[in-house]
Amino acid sequence: MSKQINVALIGNPNTGKTSVFNALTGLNQKVGNYPGITVEKKEGICKLPRGVKAHIIDLPGTYSLNASSLDENVVIELLLNKNDKDFPDIAVVVSDVENLKRNLLLFTQIKDLEIPAILVINMSDRMKYKGISLDIDYLEDHLQTKIALISTRKNEGINDLKQLISNYKDISVTPCLNASEIDAEYFDRLRTAFPNQLLYKLWLVITQDVNFGKTDRNEIDAIASFKTKSESELKRLQQKETIKRYQFINNVLKTGQTIDTTQAKDLRSKLDRILTHKVWGYLIFFVILLTIFQAIYDWSSVPMDFIDSVFASLSEWTKTQLPKGALTNLLAEGIIPGLGGIVIFIPQIAFLFLFIAVLEESGYMSRVVFLMDRIMRRFGLSGKSVVPLISGTACAIPAIMATRNIESWKERLITILVTPFTTCSARLPVYLIIIALVIPEGRFLGLGYQALTLMLLYLIGFGTAVISAYILNKILKIKSKSFFVVEMPNYKLPLIKNVALTVVEKTKAFVFGAGKIILAISIVLWFLASYGPGENFNNAETIVTKEYASQNLNEEELQQKIASHKLEHSFIGLTGRAIEPVISPLGYDWKIGIAIVSSFAAREVFVGTLATIYSVGSDEEETIKNRMAGEVNPILGGPLFNFASGISLMLFYAFAMQCMSTLAIVKKETNSWKWPTLQLVIMSAFAYIVALIAFQLLK
Amino acid sequence: MQDTLAHLKRGERGIITDVSSIHIPLKLLEMGCLPGNSVELLQLAPFQDPMYLNINGTHLAIRKETAIHILIDKIAHE
Repeated sequence: MSKQINVALIGNPNTGKTSVFNALTGLNQKVGNYPGITVEKKEGICKLPRGVKAHIIDLPGTYSLNASSLDENVVIELLLNKNDKDFPDIAVVVSDVENLKRNLLLFTQIKDLEIPAILVINMSDRMKYKGISLDIDYLEDHLQTKIALISTRKNEGINDLKQLISNYKDISVTPCLNASEIDAEYFDRLRTAFPNQLLYKLWLVITQDVNFGKTDRNEIDAIASFKTKSESELKRLQQKETIKRYQFINNVLKTGQTIDTTQAKDLRSKLDRILTHKVWGYLIFFVILLTIFQAIYDWSSVPMDFIDSVFASLSEWTKTQLPKGALTNLLAEGIIPGLGGIVIFIPQIAFLFLFIAVLEESGYMSRVVFLMDRIMRRFGLSGKSVVPLISGTACAIPAIMATRNIESWKERLITILVTPFTTCSARLPVYLIIIALVIPEGRFLGLGYQALTLMLLYLIGFGTAVISAYILNKILKIKSKSFFVVEMPNYKLPLIKNVALTVVEKTKAFVFGAGKIILAISIVLWFLASYGPGENFNNAETIVTKEYASQNLNEEELQQKIASHKLEHSFIGLTGRAIEPVISPLGYDWKIGIAIVSSFAAREVFVGTLATIYSVGSDEEETIKNRMAGEVNPILGGPLFNFASGISLMLFYAFAMQCMSTLAIVKKETNSWKWPTLQLVIMSAFAYIVALIAFQLLK
Repeated sequence: MQDTLAHLKRGERGIITDVSSIHIPLKLLEMGCLPGNSVELLQLAPFQDPMYLNINGTHLAIRKETAIHILIDKIAHE
C-alpha cells in the first residue's frame, strides 16, 4: 500500500475553508467526532497527481493558536502532538484575499511550529472587484512558502493546490519571523532548560491553559514548573507577540499587496445599511422567518403524502407476499410503520437544514447576532445565543454545541439550558400530524391556518426559551467575565455544493440517528402489543364471541372487536392502562400515553409508536393519519384527536424535555449531571401542567 | 480626557493609541485591535450597542463595555 499524506486544513472562520475541503474531497468525506469530545471531525480522501492519496482533515476554524474554546483546542492539540496518527505532513492554511492581513497571523504561528505549510489564498475572483493585486513571488519569498491562488466559487486553482500538496517535501520549514525577540532573555532561558524542544511549542504550552490530553504528560508538567512569569506578565508578552507578528505582516504586505480603493465596489455597506437598520433589519428578519415556515409547509406536502402512501402499500405488500407468521407480522406491523413514521419527515427536515445552511453561508446570521445582542442581553443571553436558538429549530444537539463561541460562561449556560425549548425538527412530526387532524384548512391573509398554527408553536418555543432565560438570569448567581466579539463576514452567495453537502449530511445523521432508536423501540413495542399474559389475552376470541353473541355482527366487525380486545390486554395495553389515570385529565387515551412514554427516548418516536400500535392486528393498511382520525375517546366519546386534546398534546411536546441525546450533550457541555437533571424535571413538569390547563379549558 | 472607541459616532474614524490588556481579550487583539491601527464605526445596533467596526480591514462587532477600554485619537472628518 502506498503511503498516504496527512494534510490538515487550517484557517480563520469565514475563509471558505470548508469549500476548499469540499473541492478537494468531493463526496469522499465523512463526519465524526474527536474521541471523547463532541467537536465535529471532518475528514476525507483526495487523489493527487501521480497516484498519491492525501488524507485531509478539515480542522475547526480558529483565529490563532491561542485557544479560547474546545473547538480551537483540537487544532493545537493536533499540531503539538507529533505522535498523533493524524499529525499533518503538511498544513494547508486557507486565507481569504480580502482579509489576508488577519489571516496571516495564524500562518506565521504555524510556520513557527516548523510544520511545512502551504498558503491558500481563496476567493481570488473578488480581487478585481475589490481592486486588490498581489505579488505572489514576493509573498512566497518573504513568507517562506508556496502559495496557491484559488477560487472555490469559480473552481479555479484547485489542481495547482493538489500539485503543491503532492510536492510537500519541497516546502520550507523555516519560520518567517523570530518571535522570541519580544523577550530574548526569557526565551534564552527557556531554550537552555529544554534544549530538545521546539521553542514556540514550549511557549504555546506555557501560555495555554488547555488540557493537552494526548501530548506527553510528564513533559508538560516539567514545562509548567518553568512558569517564572506571572499571569499578567505572560498576557502582556502575548500581546507583544501579536504586535510583533502584525509588524512583520504589515511589512510584507506593504510590497506584496496593493489595494486600489477607487476600484473597490462596496456592496457590503449598502446591504448592511438595510439589513442592520433599526426598523428594516427586524422587519426583514421576521419576514425571512415567516417565509421559512410557510415554505416548509407548502413545499413538502407533496413528497410527504407520497412517502406516506408508499409505506402503507409496502406494509400491505409485505403481508400478502411473505408467508404468514410472526416474522412477517413484525415486519409489516412493527418495523415498516415505525420507519415510515420517520422517513415521512425527511422533506421537511431537509428544507429546514437548507434554510439554516443558506442563512449561515450568506453571512446574514452575523447580522442577526449584531441586531439581537442588546435585546438578548436583557434576558441574560448574548446576541450569539440567536444562532443556537435558530439552529435549535433543526436539532438541539448541534445548537448546544454552537454555544461554544459564546464567551461568557453565564450567558452560555443559560443558552444551553433554554435551547431545548426551541421547536426542534423532532417535534415537527408530532405537530404536523396533529395540526393536520385538528386545525381546519382555511386561509387567512394568504397564509394557511395550519401554517400559522405551526408558526405560533415556533413562537411559543422561542418565547418560553427567552422568558426562562430571563428567570434563570435572575436566579443563577454566576460571576463571569463577559465580552463579545463577532466577526461580520462579507456577504456571499452561498455555494450550492456546500449547502447541498450540509443538507445531505445533516439529514442523513438525523434519519439514521433517529432511525436506530425508532427501529429498536418499534420492535419492542410490537412484541409488547402482540403478546399478553393470562386468560383475557389468550382466549380473546372465545370471550369476545360470547360477549357479542346476542348482537348480529358480521365477520369483519367481530375480528375488529377481537383485535382491540387483544390489544387492550396485551403487555402494552396493561402498561397503558396503568398510566391512564395520570394522562386522561390531559385528554389522552392509553395509546397516546404509551407514545408519550416512549417519546422520552426521542420525540420523533411518537408517530412511529402510534403507527405500530394501531397496525398490530389490523388488516387494512391505512395511512397513519387516517387511523388517528378514526380513534374514539374512551371516556368522553367523540374523536380522540379533537381540538382540545390536540392543543394539549402539542403544548406537552412543546415544553417537555423528551430527548436523551440532548440530555447527554448538556451533560458533556456543562460537565455535570445537575443541569440535564434540572432540565428533565422542570421542563416535563411544566409541560404536564400546561397541557392539563389547556385541555380542561378547551374541552 | 482621551477619547475611547465608545465615543465614536457613526461614520467617524480614529487611530487606536492604547488597549488595556487586562480588559481586552487576546482574541480581539489578534483580530487587529492593536495600537497604531485605524478604526471606523460603520453601524450602531438599536439602543446604540453593540458597535459594528472596521478595524484594520477586519469587520467585527463588539459591545460598548469593551469599547471603553480601547483608547483612540479621532481623525477629523474630511
